[in-house]
Amino acid sequence: MIVQALAFYLFAFVTVTSAVMVISARNPVHSVLFLISAFFSSAGLFVLLGAEFLAMILIVVYVGAVAVLFMFVVMMLDINFAEMRQGFLQYLPIGGLIGLVLLVELLVVVGGWALAPEAAHSGAAPMPAPGVLSNTHALGELLYTRYVYLFQAAGIVLLVAMIGAIVLTHRQREGVRRQRISDQLRRRAEDSVEVRDVPTGKGI
Amino acid sequence: MLAVGLGHYLTVAAILFALGLFGIFLNRKNVIVILMSIELMLLAVTINLVAFSAELNDLVGQIFALFVLTVAAAETAVGLAVLVVYFRNRGSIAVEDVNLMKG
Repeated sequence: MIVQALAFYLFAFVTVTSAVMVISARNPVHSVLFLISAFFSSAGLFVLLGAEFLAMILIVVYVGAVAVLFMFVVMMLDINFAEMRQGFLQYLPIGGLIGLVLLVELLVVVGGWALAPEAAHSGAAPMPAPGVLSNTHALGELLYTRYVYLFQAAGIVLLVAMIGAIVLTHRQREGVRRQRISDQLRRRAEDSVEVRDVPTGKGI
Repeated sequence: MLAVGLGHYLTVAAILFALGLFGIFLNRKNVIVILMSIELMLLAVTINLVAFSAELNDLVGQIFALFVLTVAAAETAVGLAVLVVYFRNRGSIAVEDVNLMKG
């Protein structure tokens, strides 16, 4: 029990500290690295909550895909980051005020909120007892049966996002030699190879 | 059930969410950090969903968190694509100039 509590406080501390560094780091590359750290420690929180599959997905999808995408864009765009910092402190008071108000509101809600006693037994899909089914297995059995249409819809969302990203960033540049497969396939041997009689000692 | 109470997880998520909102205001000129702040807020939402799922012994919360992750990934991809196109056209990523995109 005490180990779990210690692990929770460690992961929570690292998550919150990394989040602070994400929004306050001078260099966006450092922001991305701290974002990765925040994702890793949240994955630890998920493991503590018994959601191993989501923890692994968080690492695979967020650290492996999203953070790397951020890193690519940060490094690909040639941006003057020093200029970007101007006016940083100008928004500090109003932003801090709004953030603080929101935080206090959320904490008031968390503090003054109580769970109905029967709520724990009225779930739509009760979690299997430990040792019967693993978390991944149970999630799969639920996702591919009752939520299969939502699963397909999520796939469509990803497909649309992929097509949208490609359409947005694709550009045709002039003066670039590119492969035209139809031209290559249409080409015949007689178009490009010619058999000639070469007189001896004369050349063509 | 939980070694650490549900309230602790909700508090962490609330702090993360507020930090994400704060980051949006703080980095008004840097769209990349704004997108990262949105990621932080979505992460806070996911922590909330998973914490309630564990507390209420209900797997549907984790299914929903899975869909939140999907949408967050799609949002990041499209957002960064828009950012790259915008940078190509304008040479900067300052949010103040975004209203020039209209029309």
